[in-house]
Amino acid sequence: MLGEFIQYLFSGLTSGAIYALVGLGFALIYNASHVINFAQGEFVMLGGMGTVFLAAAGVPLPLAVVVAIIGTACVGFALEKLAVEQTKNASVVTLIIITIGASIVLRGAAQVLFDKQFHTLPAFSGDEPINVLGATITSQTLWVLGITALIVVVLQWFFNRTLLGKAILATSVNPLAAKLVGINVSFVLLLSFGMSAALGAIAGVLITPITSTNFEVGIMLGLKGFSAAILGGLGNPFGAVIGGLILGIVEAFGAGYISSEYKDAMAFIIILLALFFMPSGLFGKKGTERV
Amino acid sequence: MLLEVNGMKSSYGRIEALHGIDVQVGEGELVALVGANGAGKTTFLRALSGVQPLTNGEIRFDGADITKSKPQARVKQGISQVPEGRQVFGPLSVEDNLRLGAYRRRGADTDADLERVFETFPILKRKRKESAGTLSGGQQQMLAMGRALMSNPRLLLLDEPSMGLAPLLVGEIFNIVQMLREQGTTILLVEQNAFQALAIADRGYVIETGRIVLTDTGENLINDEKVKAAYLGL
Ligand SMILES: Nc1ncnc2c1ncn2[C@@H]1O[C@H](COP(=O)(O)OP(=O)(O)O)[C@@H](O)[C@H]1O
Ligand SMILES: [Mg+2]
Repeated sequence: MLGEFIQYLFSGLTSGAIYALVGLGFALIYNASHVINFAQGEFVMLGGMGTVFLAAAGVPLPLAVVVAIIGTACVGFALEKLAVEQTKNASVVTLIIITIGASIVLRGAAQVLFDKQFHTLPAFSGDEPINVLGATITSQTLWVLGITALIVVVLQWFFNRTLLGKAILATSVNPLAAKLVGINVSFVLLLSFGMSAALGAIAGVLITPITSTNFEVGIMLGLKGFSAAILGGLGNPFGAVIGGLILGIVEAFGAGYISSEYKDAMAFIIILLALFFMPSGLFGKKGTERV
Repeated sequence: MLLEVNGMKSSYGRIEALHGIDVQVGEGELVALVGANGAGKTTFLRALSGVQPLTNGEIRFDGADITKSKPQARVKQGISQVPEGRQVFGPLSVEDNLRLGAYRRRGADTDADLERVFETFPILKRKRKESAGTLSGGQQQMLAMGRALMSNPRLLLLDEPSMGLAPLLVGEIFNIVQMLREQGTTILLVEQNAFQALAIADRGYVIETGRIVLTDTGENLINDEKVKAAYLGL
């Protein structure tokens, strides 16, 4: 019984950590631009697929991972430069539609550039399972949890301790005042898109050995990450992390104790409940104005 | 001249808000720009900071044409603005707000500047760890001024620093403006509070619906019959 519980818990934390990383990506871009970037899931796909195909082309795996993450960050930069910055005076709704367009383009490009098959990567440190209190977990699970925790710590430090991090917060609070103190607001936007893309790509690399990947995985992962961000309160990066973990755990226990058929539905039930009863999420600003 | 503005025009969409403004500010001067609500004062200051586009005219700062410079470049060259309505970064601490004021001087040692701002505004030192949003209106105004001073400006633009403050605080803010000027900062002060602004200014400009209609020494403007009638409520 305990073994089963631990098993579900780890399974939930693992997918939860991935949702958290995707949710963080949503939050970073939302904070900088108030845009909900629906191409966030495609960053996850590009990280995984990019690594798979670079490795298949003979690039050593660690290098393939780094190149895929940097490459995806460049796609994030490009999305900001070509789509968001070019349409300077467009409304937020227009920008959101642009990101939906971008997600379709990226999926199409991946289909052509890569293929439609499912691919996997070797686990980072072998397939030897580890026994924890009667549950069997893979070492990749520990990689996912460890790297996610590390990223959260580094981001905390970045936003709370560095002037650049604070400049990004300042820009999200008041872009006009940010410009007036000399913050390069276009650079902050560019950086936020690049960081989000890199986070997505890291999530993609981490999860591929467990769930495998194909050109369409971004759709579901994007929606899950979006749910995580909504649940945590959209503008709050660390809320998105908690939201992701809750979502992953609820899914895993739902699938384990109720029925695995409803696994994906859990995310949407959570999102709907959150929107009905806590429109500003668990950690969102209270009393968001309605126009 | 430290600042020279020639024929500045600026529009919101198809509506022109500034119809050709000429303004000069010399090194060390305190110049007041007064005019009614909606005259274009804020638009003018925003154009000077590079956050509002010009449709015509030029801005020269210390001899160089900065008409096309980005806002961050202007801050680096020494133009710093205290915006209308203070616009502090509410969720960030008082100290973080001030340190962000020195954003364009990264790498420089800004601790001494921070101490100097704390000397000018002791209340900010006591509240340095509190979030800016919890400060009172007067304290936020001081924070916005301190933040602008952290960039070590050569030209300080003040947009209605007395707006919405109790009379006692208004006096305090004007005292500080005068003190900054005595310390050698060049100041362009925008005010609806025309009498008090002109009283401390070397020179003044009167703006009406996007045009400069009068310019003279502060003293002469205060005594000008038209100004008295229109702006001083005398
Ligand atoms: N964001 C804006 N969009 C459209 N019109 C504006 C905007 N801001 C100001 N205006 C118009 O420009 C004119 C000048 O405004 P402003 O510069 O704010 O005046 P002041 O600061 O002297 O009160 C006014 O007629 C105002 O209605
Ligand atoms: Mg104004």
